[in-house]
Amino acid sequence: MTPDPATRIAGQMHIATPRLETPFHPRLAALSRTNDWYSWAGCKAPHSIFDTELEYFCIRSQAALFDISPMVKYRISGPDAERCLNRLTLRDVRKLAAGRVHYTAWCDDHGHVLDDGTLFRLDYEDFRLCCQERHLPWLLDSAIGFSVSIEEETEAVAGLALQGPTSFSVLEAAGFAGVKALKPFQLAHFAHDGSEVTVSRTGFTGDLGYELFTSADKALSLWDRLWAAGEFFGLKAIGYDALNRARIEAGFIVATADFVTAEGALRADRLRMPDEVGLDWLVDTEKPFFNGRDAILRARKEKTLKHILVGLEIEGNIPAEHAIVYHRGKREAGLVTAAIWSPLAKRNIAIASLERPFGERVTDDLQVEIYAMRELQYSRLMKRAKIVPRPFVRLDRRTATPPGSF
Amino acid sequence: MTSFDAIVIGGGHNGLTAATLLAKSGRKVLLLEAVDAVGGALRGYEFHPGFRAGGLVHMLNRLNPEVAKLIGFGGALAGAAMLPTVALSAIGAPAVLRGAYGERIDGVTAAEAACFSELREKLLFQAGILKRFLKRRPPRIGGITAGDMATFASAGMGLIRNGREEARDFLRMLLMNVADVADEYLTDDRLKGLVAFDATLGIHLGPRSPTSLLGLYYRLTGEAGGAAGAQFMPGGGMGVLAAAFEKTAVSAGVTIRTGTTVTRILADRGMTTGVVLADGEEISAPIVVSAIHPQTTFLNLVDAAELGTGFLRAVKNIRSKGNVARLDLALDRPPEFKGLSSADHRGRLVIGRSIDHVENAFNPAKYGEFSEDPVMEITIPSLADPSLAPNGAATLSALVQFAPYQIREGWKAGKPRFQRNVLDVLERHAPGIGKSILGVSLMTPQDIETRYHMPGGHWHHGELQADQLFISRPVNDAAGYSTPLTGLYLASAGSHPGGGISGLPGLLAARHILSGDRR
Repeated sequence: MTPDPATRIAGQMHIATPRLETPFHPRLAALSRTNDWYSWAGCKAPHSIFDTELEYFCIRSQAALFDISPMVKYRISGPDAERCLNRLTLRDVRKLAAGRVHYTAWCDDHGHVLDDGTLFRLDYEDFRLCCQERHLPWLLDSAIGFSVSIEEETEAVAGLALQGPTSFSVLEAAGFAGVKALKPFQLAHFAHDGSEVTVSRTGFTGDLGYELFTSADKALSLWDRLWAAGEFFGLKAIGYDALNRARIEAGFIVATADFVTAEGALRADRLRMPDEVGLDWLVDTEKPFFNGRDAILRARKEKTLKHILVGLEIEGNIPAEHAIVYHRGKREAGLVTAAIWSPLAKRNIAIASLERPFGERVTDDLQVEIYAMRELQYSRLMKRAKIVPRPFVRLDRRTATPPGSF
Repeated sequence: MTSFDAIVIGGGHNGLTAATLLAKSGRKVLLLEAVDAVGGALRGYEFHPGFRAGGLVHMLNRLNPEVAKLIGFGGALAGAAMLPTVALSAIGAPAVLRGAYGERIDGVTAAEAACFSELREKLLFQAGILKRFLKRRPPRIGGITAGDMATFASAGMGLIRNGREEARDFLRMLLMNVADVADEYLTDDRLKGLVAFDATLGIHLGPRSPTSLLGLYYRLTGEAGGAAGAQFMPGGGMGVLAAAFEKTAVSAGVTIRTGTTVTRILADRGMTTGVVLADGEEISAPIVVSAIHPQTTFLNLVDAAELGTGFLRAVKNIRSKGNVARLDLALDRPPEFKGLSSADHRGRLVIGRSIDHVENAFNPAKYGEFSEDPVMEITIPSLADPSLAPNGAATLSALVQFAPYQIREGWKAGKPRFQRNVLDVLERHAPGIGKSILGVSLMTPQDIETRYHMPGGHWHHGELQADQLFISRPVNDAAGYSTPLTGLYLASAGSHPGGGISGLPGLLAARHILSGDRR
C-alpha cells in the first residue's frame, strides 16, 4: 500500500540532514572557527576546530577534547557474552577482567579482518565493543547458539576522548575523584548529572588520556563539566586531522585507511589477515576456537601470507602519504598508507603495507616515491626508507600511574 | 568413558550404510539412534488398530546398486518387477506408463506415445550425464582432483558423443522449468501433469518455477533393476529393506544402540573428540559421522563456539521446509480407481491432471496455505505386503502436496480441512472409497518432523534446488562430507547427492573417510 504523500514526505525528513549531528555538536559548532566538517559513519565530525597544527600540540602539551560519539558501539551482554565474544574476536576474552579494556580485532571464517576495535568489559557479563565499521548482522549471526543479547548503542551513547599530559588534571578538577588510581586500559564508573559516566584510561594518541562515555542526553552537561575544569589546563577541542597525526606517531592503524575491511573490500586481493596488517600479536593460538582460526593457522603454516604492515622512517621532511614503496629503486614493494612529519619524533614517519618477502625477509634498499607539488609542478623525489619498529613515539606519561599532575 | 574408532549418529539407511562400510574396514563402530528402532524413513508405524504403514517411503526408485549389493539386496533389486506409473485422469481413462518410466504407454495415442518416448530418451540421456556426478564426492573448489577432472571430461565426452546439438540442448534445458519442457514435447495433459508432478514432488517449486526440471532429472538418475527411472516394491514391503540394512550393519560388527539420543558433539579447536548422550555419558571417537539433518548437527549438537559465524549463518539459512503430507488410509476392502485394471493398482498412481493442476496446487504454498485441490502419488502397500492390513482389508498410502510446513492458520485448525480436500480428490478418482475408510492418518510436514526427526519434515534434509546441490549441499564449507571440524563428517540426505532411498550419501561419506582425507 502506498502511504499518502504527506506521510511519505514526513518519513523522509532525514534527507534534510544528511549528516547526523552528534550530541556534542552544539558545543563543537560554537567553537569551530574553520567550519571544516567531514562525514564519520554518517555523522558530522570536524576535520579541525581552529588550527590543526595547534590542535596537535594540544594533544602533546596540554589537553585535547575529541568527540568520539560517531564511533560504532555495541552492547553485548548475557550469560554467554564472554564465550560469544571469545569466538568472535582474536584475543582471549577470558583474560579480560571486569573493569578492563582491551584492543582486539575480528575476522570472518576465512581469517580476513572485519575490523579492529576496543572491547570494554563493563561488568562480568556486560561488554561494549567499539569499532569503525558497522557489524550488527555479523554480530547477530555470531550470537546464534549463545545466550546473549546484542544491541547497537552508537546513537544512544555519547563519547569523548580527553587526551594529553594535563588530561588527568582536568578530570581531577572536574571532580572525578578516583581517576588517579586508573591504570592504562582500566575503567571505572562515576556519577554524573543524575546519571553515570564510564571513564576508561584509553585513547588513540599514545599519550596520557581517557575516554568518557555517557548517555546522549547527558552529553552536553559532561562537556560543560570538563570544559569548565579545563580552563586552566589548556583544554581545547580538536578535530580528526590533529588526532590522526598523533595516532600515526603512536603507530595505531585505522580500518579502511591502513587496510580495507573484509566486508568493505570489493576486490578479492584487498582482503587482509591479521598478520598482514600488523595484528598478528592479537591472535591467541592457545585460546578456544575463534572465527578465522583455522585459516590463519593454515596461512602461517603454509606461508601463504602475502602482505605485511611496517613502520617506515623516510629521509627528508616531505610526508610520503600514499607513496609507492620500491625495492632497489625499481621493483614495486608496497604502498604507504599513512605518513606525516612527526613533530615529536622529529622524523619523517610512515605506515606502509608491503608485499612479502619485502618487509619480511627483504628489508634493505627500500625507497619511496614522493610527488611533491611545488607551485603547480610535481617534483618526483625518491627517498630512502628504513623499516623501524612502531610506535614511533613512546611516552612514559602514557603508562605512569599515578598519572602526572599539573 | 568408552571409546570407539567411529560413531555414527542416526540410524537411517544412510547412517547404517556408512556404519557398515566403516565397520567392514575393521573399525570399531558405534551407531546411535534416538528412537527405539533403526531404519529412519523406512520405519513403519501402526496408524489404525491392525493397520500398518511400511515406512515414510512407499516405493523404491533410486536404491544404489552398490548399496543394494552391500545389504544383500542385489538379487532382489535385479529381479524386481518394475511397477507401472498410472497418470489418473479426471474425465477419461488413465495413461499407464510401463517399464522404466514409460518405455511403453497404454491409453494414449500412438503419436503421443512417440512424443513421450522422445522426451523420455532426451531426459534419460541428460540425467545420465548428471548421474556420474551423483556417484562421487563433489569437487572442492580450490582442490580439484584428477578424479574430478576425469569426471568432468567424461561428462563432456558423453555430451558431445551424440553431437554438438545434443550438448547445446543439455545446456539449454538444464535450468529450465518442467512445464516448458513438457509443453515442448507433449500434448496429453495427463502425461504433462505427471512429469510436472514428478519434477516437483518433495520440492518447494511449481512446474512453472525456474529450474523445476532439476527435480525430474534427479528422479531419473535413480534406477531399479538396472533400468533408469524404474520403480519397484520389495517383496514383503519396505520393512524388509529396513531389516536388511540393520542386519548387514550388525553382521559387519556395528554396535547399535537405539533409544539413545546424542545431545552434544564434542569439539575443541577444530577437532571432534566424541559425543555426549542425553544421560550425560561421554563416548569418545576420532571420527563422528552425523547421518542426521545438517541443521540439527550444527545448530543443536555442536557448540556454536566451535564453529565460524559465517558457517553457522550458512547452515541456518539452509531451506528445509517440507511441502509433502503423508496420508494413510485403513480400508475395509482394496480401493478401485476408475478405469484401472486390478493389476495396475499395484503401481504408482499419480493425480496430477495437468500442468495447471500442479501449478495451481503449488500457488497457495507460496503464501502459507495448503492446496484446495492437491496433487498426490498413491500406492496400495497391502497388495505387496498383505501383513499390513487384516484379511480382506487394505491400506492406501499417499504423498500429497502441497502442504507447507507452516501454514498461516496453523495446522491444528487446517489439518481437518486439508484432510477433507485430500479425501474429496480421492473420492473423485475412486468413487466409493470414502465409505470403505476405517481409519485415516494424515501427517503434515510438522508431524513428519516429530515422528522422523527430520527438521521441517523435509525428506531431502534440505530443499533439492540448484543453490543447495552438489558443491553447495548442504553448504559449501561442508560439501563433500567433511566439515570445518576435523573428524566430523556428514552422511545424511542433506549431503550430496540428496534424499530418497539411495544410500549414496552414506556410501560416499564412508568412502571419503576411508580414503584417509581427514578434512
